[in-house]
Amino acid sequence: MAIVDFIVQNQLPMQVVPPDWPGGYWWHWLFFTVVLIGFVLIMVMGVIYVERRGLGRMQSRLGPNRTGPFGLLQAVADAVKVLLKENIVPDKADKLVHWLAPVVAFVPVLMIFAVVPFQNGALLADLNIGILYVVAISSVATVGVFMAGWGSSNKYSLLGAMRNVAAVVSYEMPLVLAVLGVVLVAGSLSMNQIVLAQDIPYILFQPLGFLIFFAAGCAEINRSPFDLMEADQELVAGFHIEYSGMKFAMFYLVEYAEAIAIAAIITTLFLGGWRGPILPPWLWFIVKVIIVFFVMVWTRATFPRVRIDQLMALAWKFLFPLALINLFVTAIQVLVWPDALPWIVIIINFAIMGILILLWSKFFKLGWGRLEV
Amino acid sequence: MGLAAAFWIMAVVVVVAALGVVFLRNVFRAALALILCFITVAGLYITLSADFLAAVQILVYVGAISVLIILAIMMTREVQQGSPSNRMKLPAFIVAAVLLGIMIYTVTKTSWQIAAESPLSPTTAPLATKLFSESGFILPVEIAAMLILAAILGAIVIAREK
Repeated sequence: MAIVDFIVQNQLPMQVVPPDWPGGYWWHWLFFTVVLIGFVLIMVMGVIYVERRGLGRMQSRLGPNRTGPFGLLQAVADAVKVLLKENIVPDKADKLVHWLAPVVAFVPVLMIFAVVPFQNGALLADLNIGILYVVAISSVATVGVFMAGWGSSNKYSLLGAMRNVAAVVSYEMPLVLAVLGVVLVAGSLSMNQIVLAQDIPYILFQPLGFLIFFAAGCAEINRSPFDLMEADQELVAGFHIEYSGMKFAMFYLVEYAEAIAIAAIITTLFLGGWRGPILPPWLWFIVKVIIVFFVMVWTRATFPRVRIDQLMALAWKFLFPLALINLFVTAIQVLVWPDALPWIVIIINFAIMGILILLWSKFFKLGWGRLEV
Repeated sequence: MGLAAAFWIMAVVVVVAALGVVFLRNVFRAALALILCFITVAGLYITLSADFLAAVQILVYVGAISVLIILAIMMTREVQQGSPSNRMKLPAFIVAAVLLGIMIYTVTKTSWQIAAESPLSPTTAPLATKLFSESGFILPVEIAAMLILAAILGAIVIAREK
């Protein structure tokens, strides 16, 4: 946040390759890459504080409050502690894969932020395929998790990684279908164009799409209640069980950076992105991201962890058909009544959402899958 | 200049990664090399101003196909020993050599033409028009979709327990 502040105070431009930027393209690229890394690191520390204190509050305990004023420096202390720890690599591990895994997991998450619009115009690039780029790049992060699970030569790591495959493959479909609804209404794939098209936030036009995206997004990044691949009482710590020191810190960072990325995408697609009255755009954006993240913390504190068959059933029997119907209904609305009064469409969509969710939860049943394989 | 440098770096990486897929005895590492190969091919698409194609390449090949390959490897026992050799070694080599010969012949004999027009800037909409409009390729697209669906059903039938 401090860095964004610095940019605004010094009147630095935040558009795509501004004409008056000294030194041309490469300096622009280098500068904003460093800014983005700084932004992600500071935001991660911020949301870790929000999560730990918020969870503490919701669970009737204090949370970390000793390090610094209100425990604000706890994340810094934890980071220093974890960096000073010994790095242990298992004897039978595939050393190269084990070493590369945290990097492969971290880079795609960082790359997502390149197209996120903090203002009118993204920091690094305003791609005209923005949201497609985000979906494509975020699928690479899974490879890092596999590499960690496989490279550790540990059965719990491998089980965690395999659960991750199952979750990611299943939840990617409702996620992308929910995004498609927004793309249909906005008429563009560019993140900035989607924000510019939202005179009314799309959470009102696409309430069902928002719920599906939120649930599928939480499952995709393995946040509770879908954090099966690191379910402590079953898998000890899941895919990163054999990681310690700096490499463990990388995975920890990835987890929260992914949560921020999903929150930023939800903000951009459904909550009007940087648009808002009075406050400067980048502040609106950060405030909305933190609100979305707080809702994630809230769901984590509220719901118990699901079982693996419940996870699969929710994706294929509940979210997937609803996402298809949502896409169909949105397509009809865009084609048939492109100029309909917004509040009529909003009321219709909320009614459709209520009816569909009630209907589907009535008929939602877990499969009687056979347990022996 | 920058574009040529990018092309040559990515071309070398593609070839090295592809050789790694064939020669690495550890199947998991071979799969990782395949992923690197796919990503670099997406990079080549970007240098050709085909941004939509590049994103779809990563989405489909890295996000879906490679994930399935890795899942299959994780289900396989004794992967570390590598793939055992069998009697089909020689026929496979002959088929591969013939295929390589045909491809080299075609590539060298074709007179590659460079389009005079500059590439389209947003490629998404023209691609969609080409694929799905009335005068476009809507029939082949639908047939391909049906073919894939049939293949999936066939796989389920084969894999199902009796």
